[in-house]
Amino acid sequence: MSELENAERLDRRMITMTAVLTGSIAVVGALVVGSTLISSGTPVALSVLVVLGGMVAVLGLSVGVDYIRWRATTFRLTEERLELRFSFVLNRRRSLARDRIRTVDVTASPVQRLFGIAAVVIGTGQHGESGESEVKLDAVSRERAHQLRHELLRHAVDTESRTADGTIAELDWRWAGYAPLSMLTPALGAAAVGAVANVASWFGDSDDVVGSVVTDLLIAAALFGYITVVVGVLLAGAIGATLLFVEMWWGYRLDREPGGTFHVRRGLLTSRSISLEERRLRGAEIIEPLGVRLARAGRVDAIATGIRDGGQGERTAHKTLLPAAPRAVALRVVSEVLREPDVASALTSLTPHPRAARSRRLRWALTPVVLVFAVLLAIEIAAGDRIAAATGPAFGGLVAAVPWVFAVIAVPVAVLLAIDAFRNLAHGLSGRYLVARRGAVRRSTALLQRTGVIGWTVRQSIFQRRAGLLTLVATTAAGSGAYTIPDVDVAEGIAFADEAVPGLLAEFVERPDEAYAAGLARDRER
Amino acid sequence: MGNTVRLRPPNNQLNRRCLLWWRAWIALVVGPIVAALAALGLLVAPVLVVPAGIAAAVGVAYGVIMPLWWYRVHRWEVTDTAVYTRTGYFWQESRIAPMSRIQTVDTVRGPLQQLLRLATVTVTTASAKGAVRIAGLDADLAADLAAELTQITQATPGDAT
Repeated sequence: MSELENAERLDRRMITMTAVLTGSIAVVGALVVGSTLISSGTPVALSVLVVLGGMVAVLGLSVGVDYIRWRATTFRLTEERLELRFSFVLNRRRSLARDRIRTVDVTASPVQRLFGIAAVVIGTGQHGESGESEVKLDAVSRERAHQLRHELLRHAVDTESRTADGTIAELDWRWAGYAPLSMLTPALGAAAVGAVANVASWFGDSDDVVGSVVTDLLIAAALFGYITVVVGVLLAGAIGATLLFVEMWWGYRLDREPGGTFHVRRGLLTSRSISLEERRLRGAEIIEPLGVRLARAGRVDAIATGIRDGGQGERTAHKTLLPAAPRAVALRVVSEVLREPDVASALTSLTPHPRAARSRRLRWALTPVVLVFAVLLAIEIAAGDRIAAATGPAFGGLVAAVPWVFAVIAVPVAVLLAIDAFRNLAHGLSGRYLVARRGAVRRSTALLQRTGVIGWTVRQSIFQRRAGLLTLVATTAAGSGAYTIPDVDVAEGIAFADEAVPGLLAEFVERPDEAYAAGLARDRER
Repeated sequence: MGNTVRLRPPNNQLNRRCLLWWRAWIALVVGPIVAALAALGLLVAPVLVVPAGIAAAVGVAYGVIMPLWWYRVHRWEVTDTAVYTRTGYFWQESRIAPMSRIQTVDTVRGPLQQLLRLATVTVTTASAKGAVRIAGLDADLAADLAAELTQITQATPGDAT
């Protein structure tokens, strides 16, 4: 390793951490195994010998492996490159060009924090072969981790700094109130109740006192009715969502740092430090799930190149710049992040879509409702009497009402969602950004840099053609790769796409003379 | 439709040998099914001759009509500044990728395409969803096109994101 000057090793405390972790697991394991052996009649001395031997073997193996990993791994930061070497039996060398480095994320799990170490993931933000575009230093001291972050992202300093650096947003504890409104709440609650029921069923098999109490409680809950269960699930979900919020967003802060980097810091147990270079930013997206939207709040995600979308669980949360917060805060964050002062007014003057889009949404929403209603009705007519007889006199009368109850509830819901979806459809321009808004249950307002659009896809089904509509898809290197503007008016949509990204469509657009003249007149007005 | 702003269709059609290519594909899919049914019908259960006949009739009709239809609706064009394709009729899709954003140009020739001297050119951009595919060009034309596209994209600075 001597040929590498200034080579650094990972932090030595990683070995101590492994030793303590495996040590405590080994002790627990030893106690369990030991007591089992002794109670099954094995001589005490032999049991102790076996258990101690096992402990030493496990501990020695894991600490040995970690020690080798520590010995064999070196990294070095030069003017141009970050080099990572692993040389034990085989030699492996990874090297990243420093000017390709796009992200430096620092995370520390609770155990790592206890030992003062952190994991640093350095990414080039390239798509393609996963793993090849990342270098992970899984144990460096906390100070070195933050120092590395600064050093590695410094190269962007020469880019202009148009506004003052500083804090863009900080956690406001009132935002925790939006956490239970997320879609996650019922799922979390159901999972919690399900886990309780599961645990209860473990105990249910034996004649355990605790088990039977839990089972009794469940039976009681069932007796008290579904409303109790539903309220319980929602309550558990709300508590879970709030706790999750506290863990994820504790100490949240969004800063703009010198050198054109955004820095998000957050996390209670696992601390996360996520940086995003401004030059990779292609826009921002305001996400408003239905519950959060009704509370007039929204979340802000970054649209940036090099953040892999989906997969890898935790990384998907890396693009979130602001948790669900009041709309005014979200808009302020978007306009500061994008350096676009007029975002709020641009969003109020978006172009709505033609009424034909509403009919399409109503049809989509009502078709499944009608189908389910027809199926329910058919079952009722064909077998209603038998089902009524089987359920007994108390519920017999209700069976005939099921299809109608379904219709009375489902039709208004479907219609409201369809109308809401239509009213949310909008698109427009805001300075350097193209705005696309859609969705009812999850409304998304994407602000996409116009120069970040690297192609258009225009879709038109036979139904859309008859209704004079088409669907525009702006493809981009960032975020999900494509942002869709569904059901725009044909002429208006093509003119919009042409205006939003000048030069890309122009040579393929056919304009009749009068429309062309009108377009010129509109251009003059601007 | 003549009096609104709209996208004009791309100028070029695919090579006429595409008709053969598509028909060969259909024959390869339908042929074995018909043959199996017919063989079973002749040897085991004569009833199966009927579905064999129906499958053959449908396959022939499909193979005669659909390729003509596809040939009409698949179009492409490469200009100095962009690659433009249009496919489909019931679900029409037009894709435009600007030259300046093209990252890779691939030419692929399957076994059938090699027999017929056809090729597929795929142009990708930095977007995961922005690839433009022209399937069924004359092989020589495709090679020239790929060379030309590669040259143009190399001349364009930037990382195309």
